[in-house]
Amino acid sequence: MRVGVVTFPGTLDDRDAARAVGAAGAEAVSLWHADTDLKKVDAIILPGGFSYGDYLRCGAISRFAPVMQSVIEAANNGMPVLGICNGFQVLCESHLLPGALTRNSDLHFLCRDQELEIVNNQTPWTNSFAKGEQIVIPLKNGEGSFQCDDETLTFLEGEGRVVARYVGGNPNGSRNLIAGITNAKGNVVGLMPHPEHAINPLTGPTAQGLAFFTSILNAMVK
Amino acid sequence: MKKLFFESPAVSSKRENKMAKIVVEVMLKPEILDPQGNAVAAALPRLGFTFAQSVRQGKRFEIEIEGEPTSTQLAEVEKAAEVLLSNPIIENFVVRVEA
Repeated sequence: MRVGVVTFPGTLDDRDAARAVGAAGAEAVSLWHADTDLKKVDAIILPGGFSYGDYLRCGAISRFAPVMQSVIEAANNGMPVLGICNGFQVLCESHLLPGALTRNSDLHFLCRDQELEIVNNQTPWTNSFAKGEQIVIPLKNGEGSFQCDDETLTFLEGEGRVVARYVGGNPNGSRNLIAGITNAKGNVVGLMPHPEHAINPLTGPTAQGLAFFTSILNAMVK
Repeated sequence: MKKLFFESPAVSSKRENKMAKIVVEVMLKPEILDPQGNAVAAALPRLGFTFAQSVRQGKRFEIEIEGEPTSTQLAEVEKAAEVLLSNPIIENFVVRVEA
């Protein structure tokens, strides 16, 4: 089981994502933004950070990186893809996921332990959770406010495509407390908070983030 | 003769020759929350400026091209504005040529 972790210029959570993949029992494979080669991986993670300095809009320039042309093609063919934080922004800019992430409603860069509810445990990235399970993992971003039009919100909710919701107040002004969503096929998931920073209580608030990475193993073994 | 680090007048006058400026302005759609605009709106009255009912903040791109823009070039700028300079999900844009 090989899970690719993409590094763009300005990515900073690629190492933690690779560590989390390893801790779950899979092999992490580094993928470089300037290559189109996906190195025969079975799944892909777009990690957090500030790719291309967040210039123009977060994820707007990364979307056109050579590796993304391969990622978009693979995602459309059903390969599981998880975008965390900046990775979520890249997935929205790539139109693999609907909506957009905008400036936090209070303008602050937030960095805190965040309570979440797993709303959809049917995706390849969340199948290790119980439906409705509440977890605590770090949230750290300046542009994490999920926005979309009413029509999009209606179909996301109606089709069960909200993957995770914030619990205990709205940290950033996201519509319907949305912290994560999935595409129509369910293989592409975007998540604002950071499960890769919560795989061991020694360095994170909990180890509850690890289940995102064991989920992808389950999905592949099935 | 020592090379000058600034441009010779000849080069400068050539560069001033028939440059057109295409301006692309990008604004968040009216229904999208603009916390930066709100922060500016809240700062104005603190400085004694009481005229603003609301403020929206956007981006302006100035693109220089040589000569008068053709309709093909303007169509290309429109396309670039749609795919890169703006995100049509949350933003609107206008393209115009400035003298």
